[in-house]
Amino acid sequence: MDELSRILILALGQLIAPATAAYALAAIGLNLHFGYTGLLNIGQAGFMLMGAYGFAIATIEGAPFWLAFLVAAAAGALLALVLGIPTLKLRGDYLAIVTISAAEIIRFAGRSTLWAEYTGGASGLAGSSYKGTFQDLSPLPDGRTAIGPLEYIHNGSDSWWTRIFAWGVVLVAVLLVWLITRSPWGRVLKGIREDEDAVRALGKNVFSYKMQALILGGIAGSLAGMLFVLPISVAPDNMGRTLTFFVWTVMLLGGAATLFGPVLGSMLFFFVYMLLRTGMRAGLSEIMPAQNVEHLAGLMVGVALMCIVIFRPQGILGNKKELAFDVR
Amino acid sequence: MTADRQIASAARRILAVVVAVLAALTASAAMLAAPAAASTTDVATECTPDGTTACVSPIVLDENNEPLPGIDVTITGPGFEEVVTSTDGPVSVEVPEVGRYTLTLDPATVPDGMQPDAPEQQVTAQLGSTARGAFSITPGSAPAETGSATEPSETAGDADAEDEAEASGIGADGSTENVSGWPAFSQVWQQFGSGIRFGLLLALASVGLSLIYGTTGISTFSHGEQVTLGALLGFVSINWWGLPVWAAVLVTIVVCAGTGWFQDVVLWGPLRRRGTPVMQLMIVTIGLSMALQYLIQMVIGGRSQRVLSSNARSVEIAGITLSAASWLSMLVALAVIGVIAWFLTQTRIGRATRAVSDNPALAAATGINPDRIVRIVWTVSTGLAGLSGMLLAISFGSFTWTLGMILLLLMFAAVTLGGMGTAFGALAGSIVIGLVVEMSTLIPGMPSSLRYASGLLILILVLLFRPQGLLGRAVRVG
Repeated sequence: MDELSRILILALGQLIAPATAAYALAAIGLNLHFGYTGLLNIGQAGFMLMGAYGFAIATIEGAPFWLAFLVAAAAGALLALVLGIPTLKLRGDYLAIVTISAAEIIRFAGRSTLWAEYTGGASGLAGSSYKGTFQDLSPLPDGRTAIGPLEYIHNGSDSWWTRIFAWGVVLVAVLLVWLITRSPWGRVLKGIREDEDAVRALGKNVFSYKMQALILGGIAGSLAGMLFVLPISVAPDNMGRTLTFFVWTVMLLGGAATLFGPVLGSMLFFFVYMLLRTGMRAGLSEIMPAQNVEHLAGLMVGVALMCIVIFRPQGILGNKKELAFDVR
Repeated sequence: MTADRQIASAARRILAVVVAVLAALTASAAMLAAPAAASTTDVATECTPDGTTACVSPIVLDENNEPLPGIDVTITGPGFEEVVTSTDGPVSVEVPEVGRYTLTLDPATVPDGMQPDAPEQQVTAQLGSTARGAFSITPGSAPAETGSATEPSETAGDADAEDEAEASGIGADGSTENVSGWPAFSQVWQQFGSGIRFGLLLALASVGLSLIYGTTGISTFSHGEQVTLGALLGFVSINWWGLPVWAAVLVTIVVCAGTGWFQDVVLWGPLRRRGTPVMQLMIVTIGLSMALQYLIQMVIGGRSQRVLSSNARSVEIAGITLSAASWLSMLVALAVIGVIAWFLTQTRIGRATRAVSDNPALAAATGINPDRIVRIVWTVSTGLAGLSGMLLAISFGSFTWTLGMILLLLMFAAVTLGGMGTAFGALAGSIVIGLVVEMSTLIPGMPSSLRYASGLLILILVLLFRPQGLLGRAVRVG
């Protein structure tokens, strides 16, 4: 019984964990790409890594928090620009190929010895080297607070302040997405997703609209990368292809092209994922080692992603009619 | 009239190839510029470790941890003895086989008033990495008091090799930390050979990727994992089941082809009949890729695995030294590519495949059953990917679960370079990519983990300047 409540509390904690917020924000960015504009970005981890490095390196070089925040956003925008220029005029799957490659190359570059002076190489950057400015920002007094079964310190890495800030950013992002997608600009994006040629025939510059969407989603992705590393450290190997695939699962689970889909998807995904892992670790501890449990859970996520796409492509909140789901 | 047009189009293609080669060259030159300027440590290495070469490097440092030139170190090992004189940078020698080597410092060459911390060091030479043994020479007469200071050098070198290996996913091949100035011709020629090897083996996998794209329109992201699956089956069938290599190759091809056939029966076939859009199918391949990746990790774990446990025997042909297994793999790859070419151009099913690839509706109208063709394509492609994975793992010595992940990028680059959907374009593209990836390690100061970046660079250049690829037809998009 103790075991059960421990597992439940762990899973409940995932609902508001900073990492869940980071995934939600990354999925919001991906939703702008894929859900609203129909761009197949399979390298969201690359944007996140750019944001994480941008923020951490800027802070280590002495930038104040908000400047480092802007650097992180700019890093994502820059990557979007570089990847968008060669691909956005072409068929949709070229963007997919280039983004998945770029994300891996950024990870290699981060862990290579060439720029190890800045990126820390394969071991990455320790959290303590860039967290100072963020934690100094906290208005909370020192101490601990428990809400229900969840108890965290006020300030520090795994703290209420990190959670409040991360979810605050997510909230602002949701608000912005709500505002821009109900504007005429947002309707053009949806038009591009449905029928690019029709929109072009109406005299819109499709390339420019796609680029704007890619940049905005990229900025969301890079800020998500910053949120992702705030409570932990920058480790390039934690931010590989699996991260991208999880973000996709989160977005499609909640529902692409919906406002709250990414947030709901992220919370639900990590709640279930934690239940699954801790539950299996407790239940299967005699049959398989803990490491294999992780792999089994990952395998189940992969199968779940396939099932979502095949049986319910609109996710939980989505509208099947709205999602044309075709390469443009 | 048509002849004219054919000549014209042939000329255009040749021009395209020339442009691509030029682009690749400028790309390498551009990559050359930055790291060359940045590299401050000018390293002189005589031995470049690869999948078939093991290197031993003695390092002699003074009290400030600066290299100390002019010290003689004798390297002895199983049937091997050589004296090396230290220089301002690291020196290394190629050793004939893996195993423990002893580095002995010649006390006569140590400057007066200086003392080495230890008279000798033991290192373990491994294929594809440089085993480093460090001596620290300090003023004073008390020897061997700082044994711990020099102790980490060998393990550090090994750890580097591990890191790099994990990054490259292709086992121990990845620890070449490059070299001084401009490479010698023999080095270029050697890398050229490695490039052809890599290109041929890559071609096996990318031809399948291209065929799948041509017949179904799916850029399949699970193809990388299919390659890893081949390496895994090779490993399992040789090391766990004790099969001879030829039988293991057959088992790998059959089982991998079986996975493709099975996927088409339970997954792609039904989805095709439901009329599922291509983008949705591509996301399904992402899920499949993730599932397969974790499945592979469950079987072999995170460590790098060797397919052949025995040490590679190296064979020199035309000045290129590769392991015997590599030469054999290249032969097999060439033969298989020949068979594919024959199959695609000479047999009914092959011609039908190309017809479906060109225009599925028209092909169906002429009595071809596209569904059957697509099933054959999935089966053949995954079989080829498996063969490619096994041969790569054998040629490079070892593999990890990340093997396919990296190869997927290179396959996409190769297929895009050659022209999406054209089988022969994929072959040409793979050779170019193989050459560029292997030759880029010659660039001074370029860490080997970044050599795959050249693949991405080519990908972006091709998309900017010739999106239809070398052999593809221009299609108006957007």
